[in-house]
Amino acid sequence: MSEIKERAAQSRDKRAPLGPDLDLEGFSRQGGDWEYDPQFREFSPEERGRLLTAGIELTDEDHAGTFFQADARVMHCQANQAGLEVLPIGQALEEQPLARELLWRLVPVDADKYTARAELELDNGYYIRALPGVKAPRPVESCLYLRTDRFAQHVHNLVVVEPGASLHVITGCTTHPGVRSGLHIGVSEFYVRAGASLTFTMVHLWAEDIHVRPRTGVLVEEGGRFISNYLMLRPVGTVQMYPTVTLAGEGAVTRLNSIIIAHPGSTLDVGGRVVLDAPRTRAEVIARSVSTGGVCINRGHLLGKAPGIKAHLECRGLILAERGVLSAIPELEGQLAGVDMSHEAAVGRIAQEEIEYLMARGLDEEEAVSTIVRGFLRVKIEGLPPALEEEMDQAIRESSRGM
Amino acid sequence: MDMLTVEDLWVAIDDREILTGLNLRIPQGETHILFGKNGSGKSSLLMAVMGFARYQVKQGRILFRGEDITHLPTYERARLGLGMSFQRPPTIRGVKTADILRACSGGQVTPEVLAGLYNFTDFLDREVNYGFSGGEIKRSELLQLLAQNPSMVLLDEPESGVDLENLEVVGEIIGRLLQKERRRQNREKSGLIITHTGFIMDYINADQAYILGNGRLCCHGHPRELLNDIKKFGYEECARCRR
Ligand SMILES: Nc1ncnc2c1ncn2[C@@H]1O[C@H](COP(=O)(O)OP(=O)(O)OP(=O)(O)O)[C@@H](O)[C@H]1O
Ligand SMILES: [Mg+2]
Repeated sequence: MSEIKERAAQSRDKRAPLGPDLDLEGFSRQGGDWEYDPQFREFSPEERGRLLTAGIELTDEDHAGTFFQADARVMHCQANQAGLEVLPIGQALEEQPLARELLWRLVPVDADKYTARAELELDNGYYIRALPGVKAPRPVESCLYLRTDRFAQHVHNLVVVEPGASLHVITGCTTHPGVRSGLHIGVSEFYVRAGASLTFTMVHLWAEDIHVRPRTGVLVEEGGRFISNYLMLRPVGTVQMYPTVTLAGEGAVTRLNSIIIAHPGSTLDVGGRVVLDAPRTRAEVIARSVSTGGVCINRGHLLGKAPGIKAHLECRGLILAERGVLSAIPELEGQLAGVDMSHEAAVGRIAQEEIEYLMARGLDEEEAVSTIVRGFLRVKIEGLPPALEEEMDQAIRESSRGM
Repeated sequence: MDMLTVEDLWVAIDDREILTGLNLRIPQGETHILFGKNGSGKSSLLMAVMGFARYQVKQGRILFRGEDITHLPTYERARLGLGMSFQRPPTIRGVKTADILRACSGGQVTPEVLAGLYNFTDFLDREVNYGFSGGEIKRSELLQLLAQNPSMVLLDEPESGVDLENLEVVGEIIGRLLQKERRRQNREKSGLIITHTGFIMDYINADQAYILGNGRLCCHGHPRELLNDIKKFGYEECARCRR
């Protein structure tokens, strides 16, 4: 047995330090069986609508590449641009020495039982690589889809953006309209090489009893740029994630945006860490969360280890319902002089004065609240598909109702 | 017909009485000026007329065009035609000034056009009142009212903190809000304007003025004469004369 497998085997029941513990035996490992479907024929209008809401457009022409996995089955996978590789990770591991070399370098396989299971019982995932200097103006669309109730989906994703290349990946993680419960374990390792740029937009659209454990590590080399956008607007069971971005090369920059609505019954423990490990690296973490009755813990840890770095963390929460719970846990850690790190955290309710101000302009209470919430959640995110903009508006309107 | 009627109005904030039996009548087409020293309750009167929750009406009635609006929610009053510019409006983060202008007009007004008329184009993309100077806030408030186009215009110190150059702009907007260009008998809009300086009276035709003191109105009179009296004798003296 390889060393990796061995470490995984030893950690197969290891509890994660954060988030509610899950009994993995309570989920099924029996996913659905479907044919490869290059024309997306398999999907009903209802399913298509659902996917669209998660930002998945199911078109090839508008995307530099497409990857679609339902349960354990890859149903569609292709690159539509020269210089871009899009493969199921299983295939990549067989064919590409690079994929094998880069796996489990940024996320420890024995971090917890979720990483361990992803190694021991892998259901695929995507491998996306932009060759040196290749710019992809269109995004790569990827979808990780839970199509069978109670299924536990284990995926491992690898994205490599070679020097000077640039790439936008939109990942929609969602469930079939009929699926209520399940588990998604997603290990993701992203390599942003010197002077390269990766924008990663992740949309989570789950159901009330879905449990989600992403495990993400990102490495950004000299002059590289990593932008992450996370949207979580609908009910879910539990989510726990704590991605780590390491700015390893001089001048590397990252910006992590998250927009979260915590619904009644949802428990989210999210956030992340940025390690500023090289001179003149910069990080900005912007988190906005709204609770309509759910629990959301927002963590942020900035670790400054090199001179001339600059980092800012901004975590703001708005509680819309009596029972909602939001907490912001920002941490700054400077390990030498000459670091410039700051944070700003605030959790509160909407001021009555603001609602009344808008009502004095003729907006009814619901319109006033949703205007304020929309403003609160307005974080500049570039390149969102139009359907996703609409979904955001819709989710905000619904959250503002009955306040 | 009266545009706004206030009958025996008692208003409290956190059980502290602010207005104690206030009466007021503003006929259609007239503009009245409201004086009163700091803390006398002028802003509270406007807030109560708009129906804000903190300003609890303990007794009395508020009528708009003869209809009792004492218990209507704020937005219904706004939709009937009451509009107010705030002395100190809140900041609304993330909402652009252009958005609120659009919302005020129910989508009828193009913010760019409106702002273009009054030298406010640079502010359209900025968050509502965020980081605005005192004078900029006043202009933003008035543009919102223009977009809203109310028939009863309530202005809370619209000119305070406005420089001389912008006073022209502010005066022009208020003139437009109150249909200054029309002949008196053809004006359909009414106004109630709170001012300390009276500067704004150069730009409109005010019909009447009074002072708020001890929770009621007193000293009804001609706006300029009353302002001169206040300047000469002070509020205390005026409050005593019980005109
Ligand atoms: N929201 C509030 N909470 C507590 N007290 C209030 C509130 N609003 C007004 N007050 C109090 O009520 C009184 C009247 O205030 P108001 O703002 O109406 O005065 P004003 O006449 O407009 O004064 P100014 O000329 O200074 O604007 C003051 O003593 C004020 O402190
Ligand atoms: Mg006042």
